[in-house]
Amino acid sequence: MPAVSKGDGMRGLAVFISDIRNCKSKEAEIKRINKELANIRSKFKGDKALDGYSKKKYVCKLLFIFLLGHDIDFGHMEAVNLLSSNKYTEKQIGYLFISVLVNSNSELIRLINNAIKNDLASRNPTFMCLALHCIANVGSREMAEAFASEIPRILVAGDTMDSVKQSAALCLLRLYKTSPDLVLMGEWTSRVVHLLNDQHMGVVTAAISLITCLSQKNPEEFKTCVSLAVSRLSRIVSSASTDLQDYTYYFVPAPWLSCKLLRLLQCYPPPEDGAVKGRLVECLETILNKAQEPPKSKKVQHSNAKNAILFEAIALIIHYDSEPNLLVRACNQLGQFLQHRETNLRYLALESMCTLASSEFSHEAVKTHIETVISALKTERDVSVRQRAADLLYAMCDRSNAKQIVAEMLSYLETADYSIREEMVLKVAILAEKYAVDYSWYVDTILNLIRIAGDYVSEEVWYRVIQIVINRDDVQGYAAKTVFEALQAPACHENMVKVGGYILGEFGNLIAGDPRSSPLIQFNLLHSKFHLCSVPTRALLLSTYIKFINLFPETKSTIQEVLRCDSQIRNSDVELQQRAVEYLKLSSIASTDVLATVLEEMPPFPERESSILAKLKKKKGPGAVSGSELEEGKRDGGELNGGAERGIDAAATIASNASTPSPSADLLGLRSGAPAGTAAPSASSLLVDVFSEAAPAAPSAVAEENFLRFVCKNNGVLFENQLLQIGVKSEYRQNLGRMYLFYGNKTSVQFLNFSTAVTCPGELQSQLNVQTKPAEPVVEGGAQVQQVLNIECLSDFSEAPLLNIKFRYGGALQNITLKLPITINKFFQPTEMSSQDFFQRWKQLSLPQQEAQKIFKAKNAMDAEVLKAKVESLARRSTPPPGVCGPAGHVPRLRCCSIFTSSALPFDAEMVEEKRDVYWSLVNFTLSYHTCELSSVFDFCSVTLPFLAQRRVTRWSVCAQLAVREPNYTVDSVKRGIAHRTLRGLTPTVFPISSFPRVSEAGCSQTRFPKSKGEFTKYSNPYNSDLR
Amino acid sequence: MQFMLLFSRQGKLRLQKWYVPLSDKEKKKITRELVQTVLARKPKMCSFLEWRDLKIVYKRYASLYFCCAIEDQDNELITLEIIHRYVELLDKYFGSVCELDIIFNFEKAYFILDEFLLGGEAQETSKKNVLKAIEQADLLQEVRHNYFL
Repeated sequence: MPAVSKGDGMRGLAVFISDIRNCKSKEAEIKRINKELANIRSKFKGDKALDGYSKKKYVCKLLFIFLLGHDIDFGHMEAVNLLSSNKYTEKQIGYLFISVLVNSNSELIRLINNAIKNDLASRNPTFMCLALHCIANVGSREMAEAFASEIPRILVAGDTMDSVKQSAALCLLRLYKTSPDLVLMGEWTSRVVHLLNDQHMGVVTAAISLITCLSQKNPEEFKTCVSLAVSRLSRIVSSASTDLQDYTYYFVPAPWLSCKLLRLLQCYPPPEDGAVKGRLVECLETILNKAQEPPKSKKVQHSNAKNAILFEAIALIIHYDSEPNLLVRACNQLGQFLQHRETNLRYLALESMCTLASSEFSHEAVKTHIETVISALKTERDVSVRQRAADLLYAMCDRSNAKQIVAEMLSYLETADYSIREEMVLKVAILAEKYAVDYSWYVDTILNLIRIAGDYVSEEVWYRVIQIVINRDDVQGYAAKTVFEALQAPACHENMVKVGGYILGEFGNLIAGDPRSSPLIQFNLLHSKFHLCSVPTRALLLSTYIKFINLFPETKSTIQEVLRCDSQIRNSDVELQQRAVEYLKLSSIASTDVLATVLEEMPPFPERESSILAKLKKKKGPGAVSGSELEEGKRDGGELNGGAERGIDAAATIASNASTPSPSADLLGLRSGAPAGTAAPSASSLLVDVFSEAAPAAPSAVAEENFLRFVCKNNGVLFENQLLQIGVKSEYRQNLGRMYLFYGNKTSVQFLNFSTAVTCPGELQSQLNVQTKPAEPVVEGGAQVQQVLNIECLSDFSEAPLLNIKFRYGGALQNITLKLPITINKFFQPTEMSSQDFFQRWKQLSLPQQEAQKIFKAKNAMDAEVLKAKVESLARRSTPPPGVCGPAGHVPRLRCCSIFTSSALPFDAEMVEEKRDVYWSLVNFTLSYHTCELSSVFDFCSVTLPFLAQRRVTRWSVCAQLAVREPNYTVDSVKRGIAHRTLRGLTPTVFPISSFPRVSEAGCSQTRFPKSKGEFTKYSNPYNSDLR
Repeated sequence: MQFMLLFSRQGKLRLQKWYVPLSDKEKKKITRELVQTVLARKPKMCSFLEWRDLKIVYKRYASLYFCCAIEDQDNELITLEIIHRYVELLDKYFGSVCELDIIFNFEKAYFILDEFLLGGEAQETSKKNVLKAIEQADLLQEVRHNYFL
């Protein structure tokens, strides 16, 4: 048989291939190919009509050249001609060429489809198969359009040959994968499912792939396949190895079909029918039993085929997760494989056990293999196997074995492959935190981590240890002592210096009693590292020094000396210089009391999800790091990670992935509140995908409208025209805010002389402080640049700052001025207040200028729920979690106000229905000027508030010390009138000021000096902090 | 299965079959990357590796590497046996197959693969049936050829 084909016919091809193989160099090969291409081209163009054989030969040569990696741009037409040849080999080569070199030329596609149609109709099974193979290989949309309706008919027709059915099934699968909308099973469904009963094993093998894919998408319609699959599986499993003739593979009956059947069953929950389920459990038990039997052959193929079925069965058992007995048996079986001499089996056993570890039934059983897994981590020669072992250790970790596992992982880290170090570090950090019983162990672990793998310790890891130490006073002394000892090492990692600097600055006093770690020794130790460190670390150390002056007055002169030296006070780095100058000044003029207040210990951080976990998830993707712990975390998604930090991440993501909107965009909260059907008109825009809010077509007209949209939200598209799109992302915290502006160049041409300026017109200058760095002067075509604005609210304000953008586009100067969406409500903060307190305050507000009232008509019926949501949205989102009320008397303020909305207002349905008059009061919208804005807010719920406070009736002073303000919203009504009153929100709560920026809140530095005293300048950039 | 590649120890690609639509550029990039990764592995290492979001299953036969990319939920061991079955088919057809057979009769290698795997899934796992189909086709060619001569 082989003699028939080998070398037959196409001698020229064989000669050509030999020639190519004999070429000594790449150049010679290219030369030979070019010669051949020229030859073929002239033959194709020649006047003499080529016979089929020559055509076939040349097409085949072209194919060979293409497969060598060269481009082929002709010959398609000749290949298409071959399709209609009545010689089988010519047709076959034609189809092969078409399958490999798909061409989107529509005329060609029409010809190809015609040829396929003829062959499908030929009733010659060999031709039909060729045509079906071609469709399956190309799988294009055009082919789906032409044949998706025809193929199911071929598949289920009674007179179709088995081999054609097989091809038809898989051909349909391919079309379904590319164009699911075009493949409509409908009436064929049941007949396709019944192919599982076909006598021909090959037909079942092919059809089951199709059925599995269809079942995944439409489980309900295909659910009858479950019982058929179970009975088919049962027949195979119980058959003797000779029963299935050629479908037995190395003594294993139908391994491929068995695997596919088990795979299909994983699309469904356990069968409800008791008999079916019983039969299936029996099958699974038989498979597990067979694994224990002595092998029927020594060949690896035998064991591979047998174990392929076993692993698929275990996957099904894990999928059901309901049969403790089977789960434990599966685990024991895998345990045996852990020590198998086949590397492949060890690898798969580790991988499969990882999923078993997350089942409550088998977690304990998995844990019994800990020693084996640890030894795998230490001794496996293949890094991919070691990686699996590390994953499994992570998955099986719980409180009982955490210390052992963490210790093993740490010791492994010393020699671990570079490729997996960072991930290992994250895992160790997570386990150490998650299962820490005493926090001194945790501190030890993390410091060890930094010592062993400092380069791979990401910022999140060391931020976290500081958060934990600050929040737990039982560990602070220990942490100070340990970090002090760790710093003694002659060479220690910069991350260690950061942690050390931070912790000693806060808690160095706890170990100062010991003469071996006296204040001066602590300082000298830290300062000995200073010169080796990068700028951010040095900046942090300077903060430590000023804290030392407060903690240990005896170090004052030494430290002042250091601050005063030229290398600090004249440092070329602005940040260092400024810190040195300010700290020096602060230490010399402030009284001890002021110093103590300013440099007070950091307040505890709000508890929240570890950012490390988020990082690991981001790194590996959800599926990769399995284990029950992570499953827990996964549900919470990014939500727990405070909004502010999320902002940073989002900004970073946008900045770096501007051209490829990351799938995590939703997680980052950017899509919140995007109205459906308002997709941006310009599809070319980069930002559109990220900021899914509507992007208006006519910029100037809608700029104002866009501005209003930001009253209640922080992110979105601020402006868009043909050239430029500006996206905004902002976050606010107390009196500070940060805004990210994203300038997207929608064209393919550079913007030159790109410059932006923010101005505060009129009195706004003294009310709002907006700082930014200049934007990059050139914005490449299609690129996006980011600008960060730091905003500080000094006093209440009414105007909005202006953003002016100038750039040159193709010679023409563009000049755009916009209002920046910074409104006073961004700085509002809700307060909790009992209704009693509330009314007490309310009654105090009786002065004429504290009241206002207005009656107006609602456009539509008012929905109290909607209004409530709107009122709440005026304040920042971090307010009461929806649906959660505090304990009695501590109803969060905003909820309290909305409760009044629905109960105290004359909101009875009748009146709303009849008169459409709505009475409302909003206290403390001092935003008289914001009339239009607020009405726009309420327009969302179809209510107009055309008035809103004519005068500014409230003042609250925002000075640097006053970080907490009272926002005062209340709602009340007085019969048909509304009292619009205001509260004086002047409860000055002094926020603890610390010279340390806070770790947790995404760089919101709270380092603020009493401005009223006038001696100190603020930091040039409050966000340029040590910790992000 | 997403694709299958055959390449020599020297890194020369001998056969490529793609079951997902990719541009030529991407195909070349993937091939380059994978050939490099697989060739760098030592003989006793396991036959599976994670690569991007796919699983790679490979096996070496004499001077040729057979390398398949499968998806997360696919079975590694059975893929290894898919490779083996394909090798068996080639072996039977060519009679003790060697790399040269595949170079000089590349079109046959593709035809056999199409009979065995279609759209990335096993179509016919019986060795007899696959070879019968190829044999028939060869006969058909023979008959027509003679007829014309």
